[in-house]
Amino acid sequence: MSVIELRGIGFRYDEHEVLRHVDLTLDEGELVLVSGRTGVGKSTLLGVITGLVPRFTGGVLSGDVLLDGASIVEQPPRERAHLVGYVGQDPLAGFVADTVEEELAYGMEQIGTAPETMRRRVEETLDLLGIADLRARDLRTLSGGQQQRVAIGSVLTTHPRVLVLDEPTSALDPTAAEDVLATITRLVHDLGLTVLLAEHRLERVVPFADRIALVAGDGTVRVDEPRAVLADSPVAPPLVDLGRLAQWDPLPLTVRDARRQARSLPALTPPEPVPAPATRAVLAARGVTVVHGTHVAVREVDLTLSEGRVTVLMGRNGSGKSSLIWALQGSGKRHSGTVDVDGDDPASLAPAQRRTHVGLVPQTAADLLYLESVADECAAADVGAEAGPGTCRGLLDRLAPGIDEDLHPRDLSEGQRLALALSIVLTARPPVLLLDEPTRGLDYAGKAELARIVADLAAEGRAVLLATHDVEFAAHVADEVVVLAEGEVVSSGPPRRVLAESPSFAPQVTKVLGPPWLVVEEVAAALEELRR
Amino acid sequence: MWGLPRDLHPIAWWTWAIGLATAASLTTNPLLLLLIMGSATVVVMARRSGHPYGRSFRLYVLLALITVVMRVVFRLVFGGQEIGHVLLDLPEIPLPSWAAGVRLLGPVTSEALLAGLYDGLRLGAIILCVGAANSLANPKRLLASVPPALYEIGTALVVAVTIFPQLADSARRVRAAQALRGGATKGVGRLRRFLVPVLEDALERSLALAAGMDTRGYGRSGGASPGERRLTGALLLLALTGICVGTYAWLDPTAPRVLALPMLGVGAVVAVLGLVSAGRRVQRTRYRPDPWRTPELVTVGTGLVVAVLGWYVGHTQVVVAYPGVDAMPYLSPLALVVGVLGTAPAVATPVPATALAGREVTA
Repeated sequence: MSVIELRGIGFRYDEHEVLRHVDLTLDEGELVLVSGRTGVGKSTLLGVITGLVPRFTGGVLSGDVLLDGASIVEQPPRERAHLVGYVGQDPLAGFVADTVEEELAYGMEQIGTAPETMRRRVEETLDLLGIADLRARDLRTLSGGQQQRVAIGSVLTTHPRVLVLDEPTSALDPTAAEDVLATITRLVHDLGLTVLLAEHRLERVVPFADRIALVAGDGTVRVDEPRAVLADSPVAPPLVDLGRLAQWDPLPLTVRDARRQARSLPALTPPEPVPAPATRAVLAARGVTVVHGTHVAVREVDLTLSEGRVTVLMGRNGSGKSSLIWALQGSGKRHSGTVDVDGDDPASLAPAQRRTHVGLVPQTAADLLYLESVADECAAADVGAEAGPGTCRGLLDRLAPGIDEDLHPRDLSEGQRLALALSIVLTARPPVLLLDEPTRGLDYAGKAELARIVADLAAEGRAVLLATHDVEFAAHVADEVVVLAEGEVVSSGPPRRVLAESPSFAPQVTKVLGPPWLVVEEVAAALEELRR
Repeated sequence: MWGLPRDLHPIAWWTWAIGLATAASLTTNPLLLLLIMGSATVVVMARRSGHPYGRSFRLYVLLALITVVMRVVFRLVFGGQEIGHVLLDLPEIPLPSWAAGVRLLGPVTSEALLAGLYDGLRLGAIILCVGAANSLANPKRLLASVPPALYEIGTALVVAVTIFPQLADSARRVRAAQALRGGATKGVGRLRRFLVPVLEDALERSLALAAGMDTRGYGRSGGASPGERRLTGALLLLALTGICVGTYAWLDPTAPRVLALPMLGVGAVVAVLGLVSAGRRVQRTRYRPDPWRTPELVTVGTGLVVAVLGWYVGHTQVVVAYPGVDAMPYLSPLALVVGVLGTAPAVATPVPATALAGREVTA
């Protein structure tokens, strides 16, 4: 039985057509994944169902949206609240109340649910999502995964027919992401809830999806079984890339499928472990400890960053990655320990001096930008770093060629904005570069581009440290991986050892073929070798 | 003995605190003021909630202390009365003739200092009472208990309260981020570097929150018919007109008396009707509302009695309420009651459910 039906949906801003003739039917108890490249209109498609598009975005919407056969396209989001539940990308930004319990009740209060029903449903939802022990906690003190589950719970209490989720796992570490996805799957299976979910990291979601709606660049949407869509989708998880490469039929969607089919692969020569070249250490940190109040965020960490090497910092949300990065840069308060960059301690330098020693791109790269055009930003960066005019623009053209200099930085794509922030930081010519969660909001192509940029920077002799949750990205760029837990280094070494050792950090290719395989490109090279 | 642990109704705490503050504002007797401050503090220590606001009392104590010190220092710097016992004979700084009437330094008398101290204590006591209410009751729950018709305004205020810590957060983040790049370091340029990202962030957060609230059903119109909406509108408009005309007539002695208080009364009655009518169309329920039971009544009663007794002392025992600066102030039995009665809620109310165990006394 169809719950939601989109009929001939079209959406446009002035000249730019985002969606065109979209027909989509969601059945009861179905999980549909919305995928596509960044900026093709995935969020717009979700917004059409929640009613936030066009009311919160502007633009012109045409066509009809039916819920259980009745048209709801004219209803504002608040009148759909009891039918459509929506959880945005950043759950914290959408929280209204203070505590978990009040947040769960909020939607029901608005709808006017009877107090006894409210009380009962809050308890049921707390149990359903496994968050009963958090009931009186302040929402701001929860971890990312807990916040995401509370956000899902808070829309479930009104018993909606459809749950719409916009990138529910993008900010989460692999384990928390699995928890959230398991919760969602349980809702689909046990409650027969219909879920529409947009996500970049397909490797996480594809095994759970019943169908995939692929938004193409021209505004059309193709809906089909995951296998059919992924066969030629421009975005695909490494598992599917591996399947395509080995020409497996049917395409594997889960690691288990792939493992079974991998038996048919010919014997491949595994990639040789590359011995770490002995390069000069640029940054040496010894016994770095960072304390926030009474909480020890980083505990006696030793870390060495060498010329031309890319080190990837991994670990749970809140394991101290950001604290360590800011402490290495020098502006974060260090409780004890030493940091040495070319003989200087960045913490004791003036900010201008510090920038020439260590460059840092923070989690929200947009915090660095404040001017109206790319050209202005670049010019300001040149002046600020006392570099020759055009230095920053030159860097930008190398990192992300062809950005129109009259564009407003906010109009850039996520990846372009990151490249701009990176160029501004690099204008000061720091030998050490730190990147905090640079992959957020990037699709596979964007990540491949970033991996190339990082490799280029390392090839020029810079020492690069980047923190990420993205296992597949880490597998591509890392020369060395450091895993933090509770502020301490729990394992470090070459990715072939560290990533393959850990069940939650192993990339998909490792899961299928076992160590020492890390990425699809290695398999491709080995197959090529075999053919010759 | 007063039931299981639970949070007291916020309105009860605020009424109690306002009662104490009223009594404090009606006296300059330092002993009485210290007693009132003491009883407010005792109650806070015994019954403050575990919410972040529960920790704000320390700030109010600091503010009260600064107020007292400032009052005394002002008396010292700007002199005051010339007569009295000179404690410290400071030279007076001569001022030009256009500043006639203002005295800088000069002899310091014990009378001037005491007057400043008494005055400062009175202000300090009022600040402390407000602080006590703030740390005893979550201000958000107070806003949430407004009548349904004012619910929208209440929520807007709650959101505004919530936004502030977030704004501080994003300001800190942007500051740190901007230090990572070169650029303008002075004047307007520097301000812009800081303000533009913070404001952009605030705007984005507000939009996300608005979208979140809207999709959760905030502001649903419910089942009101156009006729009902028109009636509500007409009632509220009428009430506003009545109150305006009434207030004007009341303040202008030449206007006919029939337009004054009677008109004001009619306006108020119509306003209540309008709010009731507006509230009826709102289909909203409350999750676990704070109950109103005996401890609430006792707390409100304590506040009212303290205020009334304070007023009574001020009118019948002037020497006790406003002691001169040349004699030792003393307390009458009734004044003692005013000062001590305020502690009643410390034992007469249940322990808050969210109280933090084993917290240090001054935190």
